[in-house]
Amino acid sequence: MEELVNLFHGFAVALQPFNIMVMILGIVLGVIIGVLPGLGGANGVAILLPLTFSMPPTSAIIMLSCIYWGALFGGAITSILFNIPGEPWSVATTFDGYPMAQQGKAGEALTAAFTSSFVGALFAVIMITLVAPLVASFALQFGPAEKFAVYFLAFCSFVGLSKEPPFKTIAAMMIGFALAAVGLDSITGQLRLTFGSTELLNGFDFLIAVIGLFGIGEILLTMEEGLSFRGGKAKIDLRVVLQTWKEMPRYWVTSLRSCIIGCWMGITPAGATPASFMSYGIAKRVSPKGENFGKGEIEGVVAPETAAHAAGTAALLPMLSLGVPGSPTAAVLLGGLLIWGLQPGPMLFVEQKEFVWGLIASMYLGNLVGLIVVLTCVPIFAAILRVPFSIIAPLILVLCAIGAYSVHSSTFDVVMMLVFGVVGYLLKKCNYPLAPLVLAIVLGDKAEEAFRQSLLGSQGSLGVFFSNTLVGTIMVLGLIALFWSLIQQGYSRLRTAAA
Amino acid sequence: MTTNSSDAGPTHKAVEAGVTLLIALFGAIVIYGSVKAGINWGAEGPRAGFFPFYIGIFIVVASAVNLWNGLRDGDDGLFAEWGQLRQVMSVVVPTSIYVGVMPFTGLYLASIIFIGWFMRWLGKYSWPIVAAVALGMPVVTYLIFERWFLVPLPKGPIEEWLGL
Amino acid sequence: MKHSVLHVALAAVAISGAGTFGATAAWEPVRPVEFIVPAGTGGGADQMARTIQGIVTKHNLMKQPMVVINKSGGAGGEGFLDVKSSANNPHKIIITLSNLFTTPLATGIPFNWKDMTPVAMLALDEFVLWVNAEKPYKSVKEFVDAVKQAPAGSIKMGGTGSKQEDQIITVAVEKATGTKFTYIPYKGGGEVAVQLVGNHVDSTVNNPIEAVAQWRGGKLRPLCVFDGKQMAYDEVIADGKGWKDIPTCKSQGLDMEYLMLRGIFMSPKATKDQVEYYIDLFKKVRATPEWQDFMKSGAFNTTFLTGADYAKWVETEEKRHETLMKEAGFLATN
Repeated sequence: MEELVNLFHGFAVALQPFNIMVMILGIVLGVIIGVLPGLGGANGVAILLPLTFSMPPTSAIIMLSCIYWGALFGGAITSILFNIPGEPWSVATTFDGYPMAQQGKAGEALTAAFTSSFVGALFAVIMITLVAPLVASFALQFGPAEKFAVYFLAFCSFVGLSKEPPFKTIAAMMIGFALAAVGLDSITGQLRLTFGSTELLNGFDFLIAVIGLFGIGEILLTMEEGLSFRGGKAKIDLRVVLQTWKEMPRYWVTSLRSCIIGCWMGITPAGATPASFMSYGIAKRVSPKGENFGKGEIEGVVAPETAAHAAGTAALLPMLSLGVPGSPTAAVLLGGLLIWGLQPGPMLFVEQKEFVWGLIASMYLGNLVGLIVVLTCVPIFAAILRVPFSIIAPLILVLCAIGAYSVHSSTFDVVMMLVFGVVGYLLKKCNYPLAPLVLAIVLGDKAEEAFRQSLLGSQGSLGVFFSNTLVGTIMVLGLIALFWSLIQQGYSRLRTAAA
Repeated sequence: MTTNSSDAGPTHKAVEAGVTLLIALFGAIVIYGSVKAGINWGAEGPRAGFFPFYIGIFIVVASAVNLWNGLRDGDDGLFAEWGQLRQVMSVVVPTSIYVGVMPFTGLYLASIIFIGWFMRWLGKYSWPIVAAVALGMPVVTYLIFERWFLVPLPKGPIEEWLGL
Repeated sequence: MKHSVLHVALAAVAISGAGTFGATAAWEPVRPVEFIVPAGTGGGADQMARTIQGIVTKHNLMKQPMVVINKSGGAGGEGFLDVKSSANNPHKIIITLSNLFTTPLATGIPFNWKDMTPVAMLALDEFVLWVNAEKPYKSVKEFVDAVKQAPAGSIKMGGTGSKQEDQIITVAVEKATGTKFTYIPYKGGGEVAVQLVGNHVDSTVNNPIEAVAQWRGGKLRPLCVFDGKQMAYDEVIADGKGWKDIPTCKSQGLDMEYLMLRGIFMSPKATKDQVEYYIDLFKKVRATPEWQDFMKSGAFNTTFLTGADYAKWVETEEKRHETLMKEAGFLATN
């Protein structure tokens, strides 16, 4: 009960006119940040952080967290319309979102993505409200071995889903791992695979690879087929929102499952990216429409978006209660808290009640405001697809170049983006799946780091991955997921052989 | 992969073999780099090149299988027609030039010319529309990135001269 | 200069707090100043840089905007090389941490601090030896005894990065006490502190700001500070103790001192006027209450050095790092 009283007090704080103004401003800025490639949530929040110093801390954190929500919403827009995910966790949204847009269902896909985001975030906020301290102590259980187990599970639940030849999938995934390994090896502090080049010091950023492989590659494919984007016939009135809403309750099981996966991954803190991939992978296996995933199935948009937002929101909890950020953006918010003289950690919930509950209340309100803002804009976004290709294509190419440049302020990255674009075009034409490649780039070095940290701690014994119930359970789940897909493949091969 | 047209073009088989060989070459480079970084199991667990080494091996082996499968399969279709590839190159070549000159001219000038070229030659728009979009986009970009979000973008002599 | 909507909205809020500082130096920036952070977003250097950016903006200390840019690739090598290659560009400054010395030594990238122009030392970051509060060790001696009794390598020390400051301290502690730790590198200091709370490692050498929240929460216990004298901040944090009450490691029989540079450098070939301008700017930053709050929250050592004194300090530290890293076997081989 005390929590509820605190929450209502929090609503009173968040509903002050100045704070509501700040909230709307934050959402709009966030959506812009999310739409522009290169200005991801973390960068956006970091860039705007100093501008909030002159505000009271509660208003400032409300503004920053609303930028965060806005960026989460905005990330889905480019994924669906142009196949360009602005954030790692939007990658899985492209798998079905972009095909939907090509079929003229951009409005439906956007509505489904925004609504799912809202549902996921709401679920996570309710969880934060009710069980914050309990959940925080769960996060403490996660050492390197547990983290590796989670990444392992994410890989296993996703791998083997593609219909491409298995050795092409392996090759694609390994290319991703190899690219992720370039640069500084964080365990030995040694450079590897850089061949003395200073440009390769940074390694290959996910964003550059994905802008090239997905975005530029798609433009090249479109050029091959003639000068037009399919999907120009997208409906552009607000009724599409209501129609999609009517359809969405059907996927409540997927939604609920994705919420739980997301919350769990957000707290652990493995983050939103494995959450979105894992949720998509499991939904594809379990859903009766699983066969249609990847061809424009609305459920394939609901699953990753719900999980990503539940994770993104839940990631704020370990940040507040432990001071350990669950996502890069949370890391920047954490820096903000310290600058305002608020120390995140076990005492924050006790000493800074007004701040904490003001923030939690703003999560409810910020998400609601965000949902209303982006849903009213659905027709505008869908109408972008009606702009003729020869106008929109150069603009996208320029924006991609800016996005690639702003990751590390390096023109070398822009060149790499174009190389990735041509490579993406060739790989796609030759039937190599791009999703495992991207998943490996995003999670490869993190998984390797966790694996080697575990081995350092256990002095080389692999038994550490089964040393307690928690890590053992996750590993076994991962193995089941891995072999499940093999069994399924074997089964379907038998069936086709018999036919 | 359209095969119903009579237009000529590179065969799918040849392109796929080429791509597979490129991937194998990439794998070989990864193996070479890993050996340089140290691939054995050191005092602190696996050394920097341990994982990349096996990843490189996997890439080479998988490519060998893919090459074998690709050559064995009787896919005689075309990869694409020359006309289609010409379309693709009409984007790749100017984009390469655009990316290549950016460090010298800055982003803005290069973007104006690139957008203008694309709209005029591929889209056949009239000059006023071309000029409006080609000039408008960099101005909006400048305001949003450099003024609002304080993200500096590459600049060249013209921006220097304008004192931006 | 045309202001955006955002600036106008925020400026309205900022006006009340704006001070009246005028630039006195002969040179002034004519373009936005890029403030390079050779580390990722959210880390200690990044926090300091963004605090400075906020202070400069809030008090109108500079006519041109200050833009923070993270260049963390290759343990910060990316940022240093960027500044090195920006000769004659006075609109680029960089904040350093110990990777100023450790990165070129450990990776062999072609860079030395002499490739840049030293501006000023802003502060020094302290290092504290932490253990989990549930553990019985109350003093350095009890802890060292426990490490000695455990099988070699079974006690785990967590730290930020590999072959960087935390691991250098760890090796020095091993040398001073004749013990052996297993060092486990993590990405960020906050994560290290939480790993200690969760008992995934046995001790850490976190900076004060990274671990203070867990200390306040009664989860961690500081044993000693790796400085020549005790810290200056006497405000009570937990158990009736403040930073001032933490003994120096030397007084506890652990002879090791280590402080991390938080200093400013600028691009090569800067003129005297340009350096003077930035020194003046940082003097003004240091005078603000926000800066003093920030120093207090992180229990920083507030030594401020410029010019020849600063260069001399950096030179001594460079030699020391070279010796320490050579002894530990951390130097690049290729």
